[in-house]
Amino acid sequence: MGYLIARRILAGIPTLLGVTLVVFLILRLVPGDPVAGLLSGGPATPELVAGLRAQFGLDQPLPVQYLSFLGDALQGDLGTSYATGQSVTSMISGQLLPTVQLAFAAALLSTVAGIGLGVLAAAVRNSFTDGLIRVFSVLGTAMPTFWIGLMLILVVSFQFRMLPATGSDGFQRLILPAVALAVPAIGVMTRLVRANVLEVLGENFVTALHAKGLSYRTILLRHVLRNAVLPAVTVAGLQIGGLLAGAVVVETVFARQGLGNLILQAITRNDYPVLQGVVIVIGALVVLVNIVVDLVYGAVDPRIRSSLAGR
Amino acid sequence: MRAQRRKGPASAVVDGVSFSLNRGETTCVVGESGSGKSVTARAIMGLTRLEPALSVSGEIWFDGKPLHQMDNPSVARLRGRDIAMVFQEPMSSLDPLFTVGSQLTESLRRRHGKLPNQNLRTRLLALLSDVGIPDGERVLRSRPHELSGGMCQRVMIAAALAGEPDLLIADEPTTALDVTVQAGILALLERIRTERGMAVLLVTHDMGVAAEVADQVLVMYSGRIVENASADEVFESPRHPYTAGLLSCVPALEGEKPSVLPTIPGSMPSPEQRPPGCAFHPRCARSADRCSTETPLQTQKPGLEYACWNPIEPTFLPMPTADVPTHTAQAPKEDAR
Ligand SMILES: Nc1ncnc2c1ncn2[C@@H]1O[C@H](COP(=O)(O)OP(=O)(O)OP(=O)(O)O)[C@@H](O)[C@H]1O
Ligand code: SF4
Ligand SMILES: [Mg+2]
Repeated sequence: MGYLIARRILAGIPTLLGVTLVVFLILRLVPGDPVAGLLSGGPATPELVAGLRAQFGLDQPLPVQYLSFLGDALQGDLGTSYATGQSVTSMISGQLLPTVQLAFAAALLSTVAGIGLGVLAAAVRNSFTDGLIRVFSVLGTAMPTFWIGLMLILVVSFQFRMLPATGSDGFQRLILPAVALAVPAIGVMTRLVRANVLEVLGENFVTALHAKGLSYRTILLRHVLRNAVLPAVTVAGLQIGGLLAGAVVVETVFARQGLGNLILQAITRNDYPVLQGVVIVIGALVVLVNIVVDLVYGAVDPRIRSSLAGR
Repeated sequence: MRAQRRKGPASAVVDGVSFSLNRGETTCVVGESGSGKSVTARAIMGLTRLEPALSVSGEIWFDGKPLHQMDNPSVARLRGRDIAMVFQEPMSSLDPLFTVGSQLTESLRRRHGKLPNQNLRTRLLALLSDVGIPDGERVLRSRPHELSGGMCQRVMIAAALAGEPDLLIADEPTTALDVTVQAGILALLERIRTERGMAVLLVTHDMGVAAEVADQVLVMYSGRIVENASADEVFESPRHPYTAGLLSCVPALEGEKPSVLPTIPGSMPSPEQRPPGCAFHPRCARSADRCSTETPLQTQKPGLEYACWNPIEPTFLPMPTADVPTHTAQAPKEDAR
């Protein structure tokens, strides 16, 4: 097991390196100059500009900039914000929790709802309910989260005044953003679970279970469910990455605290270090979550567990 | 009994199949691939009700109970307790995620309900040793992928026996197994049948197997029973040309099974392409004019039924049919029509 964890972590390193390189290059290749933005308030003398560029290290050749950034990042230092002068690490750690909360709430919601709806749809396949669920899951996958968020605010908050529209504090204010973020993921999960259940229902052992005289309920909820949901665990894990990224968008719709807020401000100011930092932290989270998901999958699927033990 | 596909051309995959089974006897169903053996077996258990593509009509009587009139939950209650089934693919017939112990427990509960732990354990181990598994402790903890095919099939048989059924249906229980393992499983089935006095319906396409264990033989061809007789009759003097053809190409039991029947030219028609009259007539050396137009009727002699216009006459003096000590002499217990 220890060997497996080490191997997975090692395999994550190239991914993260790739992420840093891509985000580093993209930021510098798109038009926009951080220094010009900072100096927009007053007279931007060439000396002042050159001084700031030198201070931020922007006068160095790109490879040098990249390597020094990488070296600092390895030591846990993601640089200093151009705009606020604060350490990026502390800015991110201050905003990380609400985003992670939101992403995990949405992940939990999409997994539970997706499994529930998927199993229900498969159990009553080709019925009206099944059709309804399928339409919902297709629509859900197709709708952008910010639009879902706006609709939720419009209907739930303004029309029915049931839940607050904006803000970050408390469970109540987590519900709407989590739902908005989860809807597309629920759609994906529902379709996957439905397909898996139908596939498992066609397997030989299900016929054998019927031959044993077990009730359809027992067969569906005890045997088929477990076999169908297990492969979906991996997808649920993969979705968390997308949900973390999506959280950033949803946060701005609901004016929530979090990395989304941070990133929005950083983009408007071309605040390279903050942008890089947020992307890298999200990337690292995604890699981490995937490792955890793999391990969990290995732990719950006896076939994988024993093949690992055999190594 | 008649089984028909719901979609596509309305051709029956099984038609006019009627037979009865007797307690304590092994009845073998033989025939080429696609002749409807498995559909017949599944239909007895009502498993065809779960297949939306098939519609089964007719009557199935079990121990005086009309299964064909029962609703699904009532039939489900009979399954595992009164009628149990063993399948062709042992490895894929067990739930891969559950231990053998928990799957066997499910079967035991069908008859005994919830059992106290100690009692349960003893019973599970007894079941496994009954089917020739000595290291039951280990097997109970195992999951199917950790066991061999033969071992899985023994577990399946143990699960089938756990409900103490009166009828055990085994659909090609040894086809997926090594030849050496096959003999062991067959011997096991035979031993259990004698010990428990249940009826066994053994589906096989191997005449050699039937010769070893059958008391009664049903020969199926293209969805119909073409001959139904005691094993003695079938093996000593087959009346139906198809039965004779099957017999003439029986390899030695230990030998390799040929995939085609060398002595019967051609292949069995699918239900859609079934010719009129006797379905066997394009391949039959004895076919007469009427064979291609009129479906042969089942000759109803007790213990000897065949559907042929031009049956093979016994070449030696057979025992008079009436005197043959067959199952019909006893009061039939199980009855599947
Ligand atoms: N669920 C089903 N829906 C439609 N047709 C079916 C179904 N099950 C079986 N059939 C058809 O019924 C016919 C008989 O099939 P069956 O499985 O009973 O043959 P078999 O004698 O058991 O053959 P084998 O030796 O290959 O197991 C075949 O033509 C098959 O295509
Ligand atoms: S009915 Fe005719 S064709 Fe069919 S088996 Fe008998 S002799 Fe052959
Ligand atoms: Mg079959």
